[in-house]
Amino acid sequence: MGFVGRSVTRLEDAPMLTGRGRYAADVSFSRELHMRVVRSSHAHARIVAIDAGAARELPGCVAVWTSEDVAEIPPIDFRSTRVQGLEPHRQPVLARDRVRYVGEPVAVVFAEDPYLAEDAADLVTMEVEELPVVLSADRGTEAAVIRKGYGDIEAAFRAAHTVVDLDLSIGRHSGVPLETRGAIARYDAMRDALELHGATKRPHANRDLLARMLAREPGSIHLYEGHVGGGFGVRGEIYPEDVLVCAAALRLGRPVKWIEDRRENLMACNHSREQRHRVRAAVDAQGRILGIDDEFFHDQGAYVRTHGARVADLTAGMLPGPYRVPTYRAVGHYRLTNKTPAATYRAPGRYEATFVCERLLDAIAAKTGIDRVEVRRRNLIAKTEMPYARDLDVIDTEVVLDSGDYAGLLDQALARADWAVLQSELEQRRAAGEAVGVGLAFFLEKSGLGPVDVARVSMAADGTFDVVTGAASLGQGVETVLAQIAADALGVDYRRVRVAHGCTDRIEQGYGSHASRTTVMTGSAVHIAATKLRENMQPGCSAQGSFESEHMTYPYGVHIAVVNVDRDTGGVAVERYLAAFDVGRAVNPRLVEGQIEGGVVQGLGGALLEEFVYDAEGSPLSVTFADYAMPTACEAPGIAVLLTEDAPSPLNPLGIKGAGEGGVNPVGAVIASAIDDALGVAGAVTRLPVTPPRLVEIMRAERR
Amino acid sequence: MKPPRFDYHDPETVPEVVGLLKTLPNARMLAGGQSLMPMLNMRLALPDHLVDLNRVEGLAYIRETGGALEIGAMTRQRDIEFSQLVLERCPVMHEAILQVGHRQTRNRGTLGGSLCQLDPSAELVAVAAALEATIAVAGPKGTREIPFSGFPKTYMTPAIGPDELLTRVRFPLWPRPHGWAFVEFARRHGDFAVVSAAALLEEDRGKIKRASVTLGGVAAAPVRMKEVEKALVGQTASDALFRDACEACRKIEAMQDVHAPASYRQHLAAVLSRRALERAHARIGAAKMSS
Repeated sequence: MGFVGRSVTRLEDAPMLTGRGRYAADVSFSRELHMRVVRSSHAHARIVAIDAGAARELPGCVAVWTSEDVAEIPPIDFRSTRVQGLEPHRQPVLARDRVRYVGEPVAVVFAEDPYLAEDAADLVTMEVEELPVVLSADRGTEAAVIRKGYGDIEAAFRAAHTVVDLDLSIGRHSGVPLETRGAIARYDAMRDALELHGATKRPHANRDLLARMLAREPGSIHLYEGHVGGGFGVRGEIYPEDVLVCAAALRLGRPVKWIEDRRENLMACNHSREQRHRVRAAVDAQGRILGIDDEFFHDQGAYVRTHGARVADLTAGMLPGPYRVPTYRAVGHYRLTNKTPAATYRAPGRYEATFVCERLLDAIAAKTGIDRVEVRRRNLIAKTEMPYARDLDVIDTEVVLDSGDYAGLLDQALARADWAVLQSELEQRRAAGEAVGVGLAFFLEKSGLGPVDVARVSMAADGTFDVVTGAASLGQGVETVLAQIAADALGVDYRRVRVAHGCTDRIEQGYGSHASRTTVMTGSAVHIAATKLRENMQPGCSAQGSFESEHMTYPYGVHIAVVNVDRDTGGVAVERYLAAFDVGRAVNPRLVEGQIEGGVVQGLGGALLEEFVYDAEGSPLSVTFADYAMPTACEAPGIAVLLTEDAPSPLNPLGIKGAGEGGVNPVGAVIASAIDDALGVAGAVTRLPVTPPRLVEIMRAERR
Repeated sequence: MKPPRFDYHDPETVPEVVGLLKTLPNARMLAGGQSLMPMLNMRLALPDHLVDLNRVEGLAYIRETGGALEIGAMTRQRDIEFSQLVLERCPVMHEAILQVGHRQTRNRGTLGGSLCQLDPSAELVAVAAALEATIAVAGPKGTREIPFSGFPKTYMTPAIGPDELLTRVRFPLWPRPHGWAFVEFARRHGDFAVVSAAALLEEDRGKIKRASVTLGGVAAAPVRMKEVEKALVGQTASDALFRDACEACRKIEAMQDVHAPASYRQHLAAVLSRRALERAHARIGAAKMSS
């Protein structure tokens, strides 16, 4: 029988479905203080003075800190993609001398309850001298330039039969978990241990970063993960608030709790995605790509956070996608503006890159008169070329596409969508006056980021098993999937396997959950450990497994969407959606489908609805759920998932590729393509999100 | 997201409420709380006293009297949604209420709360303008009635004194058969409308006898499009008539916000008023056929 490959019931659901979950806000300790952050209401200003006198005098207010009180704490350092030039732009935990975005922490208040903390925070006043505000990456301080490429790009363009060039923009939006961030710290003098609860995503790396910032030994800091109401890349990084609760717990000698509110969340938690690309492609007479030349402008916001230049790096490294691109040049201008800092959001760099790449393919089809499916077919890397090494690196790994049958998946997706019949149906509806169209986007994903992961599997006296990992769970079903893998290796029922994750005191090493890596990396380590244990399976025995990987695995997919445009209002309804995705091997197909469906809906947000808008002074206008419009169940179309396992990864024992980001990756691209088709105008969409006012303008310009 | 300190009052009669409002400085009334509670939590409203109307007797009812529908201020939106009387006698309100927020917010939200909040995009406010409702307000000197045209004082501020409370709204009914429609465009299901349009039509011997066209979400308060109404009365309904008449809606001085610039609102105003009129007119035909 075996459990891998079966959509077995999730192990982690019972407490959440019965209201007994333990999210960050559910964690409380006696004598705890409540922290409230005083945030800048200026987008750019010199701090002349901060007056905390009235706040300090408020009964119930225990302490107020400004930057002087945390002078010994260094700015928050990078944990990845360190690029020269970025260091000066790291964020201090409290603003020193200057504020650079609305929402930047300038002071913190500690009080006996959260109401008093807010009362006290309201009493802190700031005198400033306003400075000029920069809100576009067309200008802005250039902190770094990311350059990638290979081959003689100029020669490619000289040899081109046709050149297409586009100016494309992706709007500023981000992952918005329904559970806001939270951090609860306490210091136990008896053990000399600092605990941080509410952790997730990268507990071990965050422990190490906190240890450096607070000048403590890593072994004296413990991070604990509870239930997590969504992460999406933004949650589980070290932010100023995480450092401040820890510092306060140490200094004030009481537990300190901070729970972010929604308004803060939308102006303090990482933004993402905002880029403008000026891109061109050289093609030959048959529509084959000779070269892609991209110059892009990445709007980083006011500071460089923990990811360094990762999003720009991923954009440049992934843009050629699943296509044979003989020459390539990407120049990414990594620029600072007076907005909330940006970092990774689910499919970072790829949502942007796929939008750009697939807009190019559509433009090539339109300009050469070759059918858009055929253009893709001519350019897709062939199965026989796998593994396909590209002369590129991305986030410090060489790009080697491990396996894939791209054309095969395209055929399957077209068949499932009944492409030919769909075309004639849409033709008839357009003839009857409807503005309906279908979009198609192929995309390359990446997953299974190394370098290593370890797991320990042990047998308890009662015949059950404990799997201890360094993974994290953001709600995606980690416990179930790892239990399935362990169960098969052990030859036992998956319900007899307990999975630990997200706690730094259970295992020395861990790389957390991000970059669609957990099932690939931790899953492989669990498989290896459990296989070892089976050789000597007795109560009390345990085995450790370690799995290393230098290269990522590259899943891929194709999405097809039918949209109906209301020509009068500019409203777009997504009528049908097909997401085809090859994951190499699906450990739990239903969970993979869930990942994809959720990702598609998030992608629709970025394509049609979500955008962080600022006014001319740099004040954020999207700070409630009335103004930052995420799609709800009502806006979600029916989503069909075509899950294939045609190209298992040769890089790990189970052939797994990651499934976390294949839902969201191509959605902007496919919706843009569908709207073009509905309007009958190639290249109509150049900017996301396609809001109704923008679409009305596009149609108006077309009539002129 | 934690409100500052306030005192809470829990009166049971209208005179008690009026007495409290008269004596308490900086008081706010709490009806369904669907706007006030978030405003308290975000510290956008900072009252010293909160007067809860939820236990006040006699403010929740829907009844027909003298050619009008009378609805008590504390009637829940969900009760209006399920009222057979509203469905039969005032179908435009039924169509509007289905577009008010979500089922969960309609369970708590009230008619009086919505009118006093006076959001420019609120559906019930537009319906009150379309039907020329009369609003009854109780105060220290007894009850007075305000025609809707005099109800909005400024943006989101009704012409009600600090010691008065809205007790009842009277919606004059249109004769049977008449045409009605309430259409809106919102970014998502349940959002406040970017623009909404209410249309009512009465015909006599093939000619439009009376018309009411109201736009919500465009200006600070709902706008009755008298110019459009005048262009319709005495004419034979047609798509061309509606389209041409509604072009006047593009001239309204429109608001802008994070969702839409003024020019888009003006455009939607013309589109949605035309759609509302077309739907309203089709319903006159349907009503005639079924009678």
